[in-house]
Amino acid sequence: MSTISREEVAHLARLARLEVTDDELDAFAGQLDVILESMKTLGEVDTEGVEPTSHAVPLVNVFREDQHQPSLPREDVLAGAPDTAEDRFRVPRILDEEA
Amino acid sequence: MTKLNTYEAAMAAYEPVLGLETHIELDTNTKMFCGCSTEFGAEPNTQVCPVCLALPGALPVANRAAIEATIKIGLALNCRIAEWTRFARKNYFYPDMPKNFQTSQYEEPLCEDGYVDVAVDGRTYRVEIERVHLEEDTGKTLHVGGATGRIHGATESLVDYNRAGIPLVEIVTKPVAGTAELAPEVARAYATELRDIVRSLGVSDVRMEQGSMRCDVNLSLNKPGDAWGTRTETKNVNSLRSVERAVRYEVRRQSALLDGGEKIVQETRHFQEASGETSPGRSKEEATDYRYFPEPDLAVMEPSREWVEELRASLPEPPRKRRERLQAEWGLADKEMQSVVNADAVELIESTIAAGTSASGAVKWWLGELSRRANETGAELGALAVTPAQVAELQGMVEDGKLNDKLARQVIDGVLAGEGGPAEVAAARGLEVVSDTGALEAAVEEAIAANPDVAEKIRGGKHAAAGALIGAVMKTTKGQADAKTVRELILNKLT
Repeated sequence: MSTISREEVAHLARLARLEVTDDELDAFAGQLDVILESMKTLGEVDTEGVEPTSHAVPLVNVFREDQHQPSLPREDVLAGAPDTAEDRFRVPRILDEEA
Repeated sequence: MTKLNTYEAAMAAYEPVLGLETHIELDTNTKMFCGCSTEFGAEPNTQVCPVCLALPGALPVANRAAIEATIKIGLALNCRIAEWTRFARKNYFYPDMPKNFQTSQYEEPLCEDGYVDVAVDGRTYRVEIERVHLEEDTGKTLHVGGATGRIHGATESLVDYNRAGIPLVEIVTKPVAGTAELAPEVARAYATELRDIVRSLGVSDVRMEQGSMRCDVNLSLNKPGDAWGTRTETKNVNSLRSVERAVRYEVRRQSALLDGGEKIVQETRHFQEASGETSPGRSKEEATDYRYFPEPDLAVMEPSREWVEELRASLPEPPRKRRERLQAEWGLADKEMQSVVNADAVELIESTIAAGTSASGAVKWWLGELSRRANETGAELGALAVTPAQVAELQGMVEDGKLNDKLARQVIDGVLAGEGGPAEVAAARGLEVVSDTGALEAAVEEAIAANPDVAEKIRGGKHAAAGALIGAVMKTTKGQADAKTVRELILNKLT
């Protein structure tokens, strides 16, 4: 029995916009369990007094000045779009949300 | 049909708790994390680059001017400025952000724990600020195929990313309780004060009608003595007046539900500008889960105390202090100053005075004739096609006796119609007080001859009767005489 439930896997899949079959829910639950187990091993290390790391490089206050840089030509911008109309990115209609 | 209580009945039974979340677009030259222009109104998708389009490998770098502007806003709102702060990714899938996340701030906002004092009906309310953080605006989505341009019925959406990545400051209040029936006014007063503060800092044009300032209004009701109720969040509130209307509507709607034994659903609602109602938005079957995590591509920030103090020293006079100073300078009573503030006329009057007019002259035009014109057309005072300098010129012509009030109003007609400045309009339309005493005297003689009864009364000492003769003279001179001069002429002749 996995400690991660099928519902949790389904929820994560939905958040990531992944389509997952019923069989895969069980398979991924098992695999995620293995990952969490491994993380537990890490959790045994005594980190008392150690600051959590969010950035690998110890840089602070990296800013740019408020000066224009050239933007891309529009042909290049839209070149990567699956579909365009009226010089805009054309996407399927968006459900369940108000403009 | 939504059931509504009267506002009075709702307030007799419930206590409101308010909360406001305001987004303000900064007017930096460039976007938050790249050098693309933020200029409004450009052709779609011409102000985008690999960073704001989220092309692989593109790296964002924070705009120093945006950080400074946010710290200034925090300081002006009496906040504590973080000594250590960072950006976070707010993950969601929606085509308005090409990255599939918005760079925002989570547990470590740039500014925290401030307050704004606002005055309503002579009482001061302290609105506490929970946080001020920096994030980026989203792209603009056009829904096509639907009847009304809204999502419902749309078959597809078209996206312009020019706005994506423009620095956006979010200002969140703590819950505001204890306002009782003045909740709508307090909400509006807060939004107004916030707008004025940010405008005074010169970091945004804070125009609600253009979307550079946007307010979300949270409201809940509870019975006196009970815990706070479940709140709704109303979005799409696009004017200061609507902030007030949205609160009022939610009070009426929620109280009717509660009276009927129903529960308030925690949801996002949308304000409908035309009807003044709120309607339910997306139903949240699933609690939003943004899976925030620290943004690894942007370095953490440690604003030095020297930097913060330098910015604090650069802050302008706070709007509230400034209003108090101007009120004293202009010699206005509290009520008059309140009218000036409500009409959003402080800057207009100040500029008019700077252009060489007396305070009373400037106040007279902006609060009188011009406010009336603005109300007639539903425009804001500042949007009228007349400049403070022109108002000063007009008042100068009145003071010099070149125009009387009636003619001055006709001159305003011309200025508003785009016929030029006051002097040009007066010349072109032939609007000038008759200063030719010969012509005036003839008109006065004529009026006396035509109204012997009235003339007799005046001779008998009833000077008030002169009004009828003045009216007659005005008629013959087509209103182009100075009433005071005419009166003097009449009294000289008859007494």
